[in-house]
This record gives sequence, C-alpha cells and structure tokens, in this order.
Amino acid sequence: MELNTLTIKQANQGLKNGDFSSEELVKSCLKIIKSKNSKINAFITILEKQSLQQAKKVDAKKSFKKNILAGIPIAIKDNILVKDIPCTAGSKILEKYKATYDATVIKKLKQAGAVLIGKTNMDEFAMGSSNETSYFGPVKNPHSLNCVPGGSSGGSAAAVASQMCLGSLGSDTGGSVRQPASFCGVVGFKPTYGLVSRYGLIATASSLDQIGPLAQTAEGAKIILDAIKGYDTLDSTSIKKSFLLPQSNIKNLKGVKIGIPKEYFQRGLDFQIKSIIMKKIDDLAKQGAIIKEVSLPHTEYALAVYYIIMPAEISANLARYDGIKYGLSSFKKSKHLLDVYLDSRSQGLGEEVKRRIMLGAYSLSAGHKEDYYLRAQKVRSLIKRDFTKVFESGLDCLITPTTPTTAFSLGDKIDDPLAMYLSDICTASVNLAGLPAISLPVGKVKNLPAGLQIIGNYLEDDKILQIAKIIP
Amino acid sequence: MIDEEQIQHIAGLVKIKLTDSDVKKYQKQLGSILDYVDHLKKAKIQGIEPYEDLIGSKNVFREDKSLTFDPETNPRLLKEVPEKYDRFIKTKNPLQ
Repeated sequence: MELNTLTIKQANQGLKNGDFSSEELVKSCLKIIKSKNSKINAFITILEKQSLQQAKKVDAKKSFKKNILAGIPIAIKDNILVKDIPCTAGSKILEKYKATYDATVIKKLKQAGAVLIGKTNMDEFAMGSSNETSYFGPVKNPHSLNCVPGGSSGGSAAAVASQMCLGSLGSDTGGSVRQPASFCGVVGFKPTYGLVSRYGLIATASSLDQIGPLAQTAEGAKIILDAIKGYDTLDSTSIKKSFLLPQSNIKNLKGVKIGIPKEYFQRGLDFQIKSIIMKKIDDLAKQGAIIKEVSLPHTEYALAVYYIIMPAEISANLARYDGIKYGLSSFKKSKHLLDVYLDSRSQGLGEEVKRRIMLGAYSLSAGHKEDYYLRAQKVRSLIKRDFTKVFESGLDCLITPTTPTTAFSLGDKIDDPLAMYLSDICTASVNLAGLPAISLPVGKVKNLPAGLQIIGNYLEDDKILQIAKIIP
Repeated sequence: MIDEEQIQHIAGLVKIKLTDSDVKKYQKQLGSILDYVDHLKKAKIQGIEPYEDLIGSKNVFREDKSLTFDPETNPRLLKEVPEKYDRFIKTKNPLQ
C-alpha cells in the first residue's frame, strides 16, 4: 500500500509501530505531488525542503508517540500565513508577498509536529466557487480533469482527493470548504464561528470566515480540528473556553434526532443527488435514527443576504491593498498618490474581486444602505432564528445535500456570476447563522462525487463530527 | 437598474480604474445580481433587529500601554514595503 493513501489515524499507527518513517510518508506524498500537480494545479507553493526537514525532526524525536499529527503531511490554503513562505491568496497583488508571521492555526499545527507540505491554490481572496478566479490558473477536479474542483478551497480539496497529503486546511465563508469537499469526494468541515482563530488568515468577509479542515475521513477532520481550535486573544471573535460544550459521546444512531429541512430538497436539486441523499436518510432511519421533516422558511432569502453582506465586508477588508504597505505596487511609475492606489489595485486585483468590491461599496453607499445592507442584516436575523427554532425542538442535527449539482465543467459559469453564486445555495445559510457543518462523500453521479451536509447547533461541532464518523 | 454613471462613481470610491468596456460589463453583471437580491424586499422585517452574532461579541480591548514588538518581525514587515526611507514607509504627497 502506498503511504500517501493512508488516513491520518492509520499513518500515526504506522509511525508508532515503526512500519515506516515520517520521512518516507512525506516522500510518498511529494512523489504524487510531483507527478500530478502539473495537471491538477492544487499547489501554488510546494515546501519540499522544509517538509523533509520537519519529517526528519519528528522521526528523531518520535513525537508521533504523543501527538497524532506529528509527522503527518498537511497542506495549507494559500490565504493562511506561514512565516517566511509566500502567501498569495491566489492573487497577483500578493504574488511576491512573503508572510511575516505564523497564523495561530499554523503555530498550533507546528506545535503538534505536523508537516506543512505546501500552500494550496484557491479562488482569488477566496472569492469563487470553482477555483477559476485564481491568478495561478484553475485547479482541476481529480475525478475528471474537465471539471472544476469547487471553490474557494479547491486546491485543498483536490490535494486531499488526489492523495497528495493526508489532510488540509481551507477557509469557509459561504461554503468554501464544504462545496469543494463535495465536488472532490472528501470530507470538509466548517466549525462554529469563533471556534478556530482567524489570526493570520487573510480576511475575506469577517462575519462569515472560518478556517476548517479537509481530510479523507470525518475522524481525520476531527483530529485536525482538535489541533487548531481554541480561544485566541489575537482574534476578537474567538470564543472563550467557558462557552465550549463538553465532548459529545454518540456511539450509534439509535435515537439520534435528525431534521430534514424541506427547503433544501426543492427545485434546482439534481434528482440523482436527491435520491442518493434520500437513500442515505432511509439507511439512517433503519439504524434507529429518528427522522423528522422540518422547515427553515427563510432559506429562500439566504443567498441574496449572503451576496449583500459578504461583498460589503469584502469592500472594507480589501481596502488595505493600496500599493503602499505591501504587495504589488505602482509606486515608482505613478505620479500622484491617487494613481498609486488606482494603478496598484487595477493591475493587482482580478475581475471577480473587483466585482465584489464594487457590489459591496454600492450596497453600503448613501441612499442604498437601508435598502440593501440593513435589510440583509435583518433577514439574516430571521435565518438565524429559523435554525434556533428547529434546534430548540430537540434535534441533534440537520441533513441536506452539500451542493445541488455535482462538479460542473471548467468555463461553464465563469462568465455568469449569478449562476456561479447559486453553487453556494445549500451552504451559505450555515455561515450566516454561525453554525458548524460538515460535508461527507456519499456516492457518485456519473463518476462525480456527491456530498451530504450535516448541520449542527451552535457549538455542537463535536456532536456532528461524532454523527459523521458513525454514518456508514 | 444601476447606470454607467453609478458604476463610475462606485469605482472611484473603491479606487479601481475601469475602461469603457469594463463599465458596460460591470453594469450588466452588477445589475443582474442586484435584480436577484431584490427579492429580499418580500421578506417581512418589521420589528426585526439586524443580526448580531450568537455570543453577543463585544469589542476586545487591551491595556493602553506600549508593548515591545517582536524585534524579528519588524524587519520582516519592512522588507515587504514597496518604498521606504530608513525604517519609515514612504508615500506620495497626499495634497498634490
């Protein structure tokens, strides 16, 4: 068996048994990266030298005996800062930028002894659902090279799916971990808002962004999550420990109450995905789960709310790219200060990023703020209230499809932003309400993977991970 | 419907230069997105407060005193600055 095909738990066991070294494990991943990355384009930066050095260090110390992630090759989305390593966020404006410090999640992974094997390709500044907006070219779906891997964490999902690493980190603003996980047939988890520190994550939309793990199994996702979660004084939205719930202990599905929100199974959902999900739900019922149809009546507004709030926050967050402090700059060529701003931003930012910055500025501008931004924030309250109500009725989780279709062809939606935005229809509500959710691979439609989404109540991350682990 | 003048105005606010064909393209694309989000007008929001996150986040303050900055980070940050003078970030005269 090739070492790169192991799960995190299996690899840790093998390291502990002395069956192989971390160096051998890392080398087997690097071998696949070298043979496949030119086609799949999952990585922007490959950390060959550093990862082998780190593996040797772990082998010498045998730190895998105490820490399950020690010596395990993990890939990092290229919007998460790793000290002294280029961090591009998939953008031309940061093409030559080197991170000046470690993000909190990176500090934690390093402390756990994980091997950072490379930085993964992504939609520019995490804006996109197909990984086609990256300045470094699109990522291809490992299941079909003509198809998109999803986005924006397309590189992180494709790297796990093609077994170039054992796990990865992505970031999820409206589905950017779960949707590519679904398209690539791997597990992707979006934690409760505030569970994982965003210090050192390049901001997209701050009331929605959350870093999350991708892996072959739910167990692998949980192992990575356990390493990166926790309160951090450097992120003002980080949740204090006192809020954290005790670990959940669900051993089987007997008596587990699962809600099926009917709004997620309506028009637009591919009928074959629907039948895969429904069959899965039947299986769960046979194993003793209690299935109940529920309603989240404001679901129909979720995407519209999302596409007002997210660009509004983007327009503020991306004002920092001005050609003065770091990144691509036209300083030398421009005469006046205004030209530095205009030229640096116009040359350095891509089309989708400009579109969202303008959309956001419009919805926040005088005369439109009431109609768009404030209205959207009120409807967001209603969306959150829908979830609160169904969970108050005693449900353990909700089950929906992760995406209404399987991966689409490259180029299919890139010229039609609205069609592209509709890819997030099953995932965006979860970010708006700050809840945890996981996407699991549950079958294939014409050789392309389909994903099942489990949504949990606030802070019940552990519960849905437990449920995900026991779903056959 | 958003018009060309509004697109130019917004582009000016966010400091992005647009060509004539960009203006036309963004007018069409932003127009169709704004048409889509228009259906929020159907939502009944009377008496509803705008969203606040679930833990009722408050501003986090630190003590108002100067901290010694990691001496290694400083040169790293300065290395990324496009134009500098000594240890200062250079900009152009904003009043010109």
